[in-house]
Amino acid sequence: MSTKPILSVPTEQLENTTFDATMEERILELLKRYPTTRATLIPVLWLCQERYGWLAPGVIRAVADRLGESPAYVEGVATFYTMFYTKPPAKFVLQACETLSCAVCGGKELLHHLESRLGIKPGEKTPDGVFQLVGVQCLGACGTAPVVQINDDYYENLTIERLDAVLDDLKGRS
Amino acid sequence: MESVLLRARGVPNSRSIDTYLAAGGWSGFAKALSMTPDAVVQETIESELRGRGGAGFPTGRKWSFVPKDHPGPRYLICNADESEPGTFKDREIIEHDPHMVLEGIAIASYAIRSNTAYIYIRGEFVRWAALLEDAIGEAHRQGWLGRNVKGSGYDLDIWVHRGAGAYICGEETALIESIEGKRGFPRLKPPFPAVVGVFGKPTVVNNVETLACLPHILTKGAKWFASIGRPKNTGTKLYCVSGHVKRPGVYELPMGVTFREIIEGPCGGIREGHTLKAFFPGGSSAPVMRASEVDVRADFDACAEAGTMLGSGGVIVLDDSVDMVETAANLAHFYAHESCGQCTPCREGSDWARDILDRIVAGHGRPADPETLLRICRFASQGMTICPLGDAFSLPISSIVKKFPEEFERHIRAASTVPQKKLPVLPWAGSRPGFGS
Repeated sequence: MSTKPILSVPTEQLENTTFDATMEERILELLKRYPTTRATLIPVLWLCQERYGWLAPGVIRAVADRLGESPAYVEGVATFYTMFYTKPPAKFVLQACETLSCAVCGGKELLHHLESRLGIKPGEKTPDGVFQLVGVQCLGACGTAPVVQINDDYYENLTIERLDAVLDDLKGRS
Repeated sequence: MESVLLRARGVPNSRSIDTYLAAGGWSGFAKALSMTPDAVVQETIESELRGRGGAGFPTGRKWSFVPKDHPGPRYLICNADESEPGTFKDREIIEHDPHMVLEGIAIASYAIRSNTAYIYIRGEFVRWAALLEDAIGEAHRQGWLGRNVKGSGYDLDIWVHRGAGAYICGEETALIESIEGKRGFPRLKPPFPAVVGVFGKPTVVNNVETLACLPHILTKGAKWFASIGRPKNTGTKLYCVSGHVKRPGVYELPMGVTFREIIEGPCGGIREGHTLKAFFPGGSSAPVMRASEVDVRADFDACAEAGTMLGSGGVIVLDDSVDMVETAANLAHFYAHESCGQCTPCREGSDWARDILDRIVAGHGRPADPETLLRICRFASQGMTICPLGDAFSLPISSIVKKFPEEFERHIRAASTVPQKKLPVLPWAGSRPGFGS
């Protein structure tokens, strides 16, 4: 598995975000799927997060303008959902499942290992911006516990050794 | 027993439409198109299929609540927001047999006369959302979706809609709000979605596994389906077993096998050197069961009689190494994180329960704590909240307090008393690790 790094565009560059023809085309395609414009909000936020890495204030304003919503409304929705980044994420976001099945099958030890290996606590980024550690709730892969999701990819049936090998590989490619 | 829902597991290239067609796929939908929508509803009612998402409501009856004379559009939503701790069956179906899900959606859409269906899939399932998109593309190219399906005059579009990380969106009215581009706040019922659903139109929300049963009911008949399992608890069921068993995984068994048969059969029993202590029969929101209750049948009615629920069929198995107070604390963290915040008893109750349980685990339990926990649970359940999340956190926690009182006593007896330096204040959310904070 080769997990793609997140490339977050810096805040300043997103200050006056406008959507180019490619984005506009994809938004128009989404608008065809739903009877209301508002229903495209979450799909459009996904598009933006894929494109810019995160939802900077400038991006929130651009989405609000395009869909005829207030920036406050868009931010209100974006912050309700845990997967939308309203702060720039690290290149690799390590989402370690903390819920019961993972917790009793080695997940706790895995999280402690990540904390000590990276020298950070859940919610923090390494100083070089490569890794970010997040303790997350059930990822829906309990039969292959413990599980860590890294960006879009699931890493299952993990041991400390296997996770170390994954991190070494990601670190080498960043 | 012959696999029904998992028949594609292990078959090479199982996701392609050609493999699916070769196994008789899409013929259930073809058969449905030759029937009237009402006859499809009737066939489903006769199969006694019950919703696999957790509530176990009869699927055909749910469809029959959609008003027949409604002039405007209606919608079918496939709930693939699989987030209940201990549940991982829908992902398994999508992974191996996405066309079976699409065919089920097509049959259900036809039955309720809907021309648009959405698949609401949890945001984390990026890969599985892509698998569904690919399958939709194939089905379009071969004329099973789109305008005038196979010359029948019936039009159907299916769109994949990704969630973005919210357990609550598995609740059908929160899911509907989320599709509409809002925060996932559950709605008060009534009106029920069958009458006023997404975009204000009649809507049916069915779980992936429920929909996956439909092609088989149509091709093999309601009688065949009803002959599997037990009366009123028909068909096969996907049991997802996690925790301390030798072989965790998803197993398809006739509805109504006992939990012992599941745990000691395909799962190979408890891991070496340990014994069963407790299990959650249907996801973490179901009241916990003691080891002595392992002979209960794993179906909707038998679980209800035993004071728990089959829920999603997510069996979480815990052996004697597990501390039940820590288990309660772990689950309290989950629900406190996932409470949407609309209703005070759930929002505050889940936070208080988490803080109290954390304090007991940290060695500062107080004798009155179990009673306080039960009181919090009482105030957050039994209709005190808009949606069942209040019950979802109350049931496991209160059942652990009631069924394992000795573990709480042990913690509390060993606790060191800490002088109260300040009055308790509302739990502070600022330190919770998470995204965007």
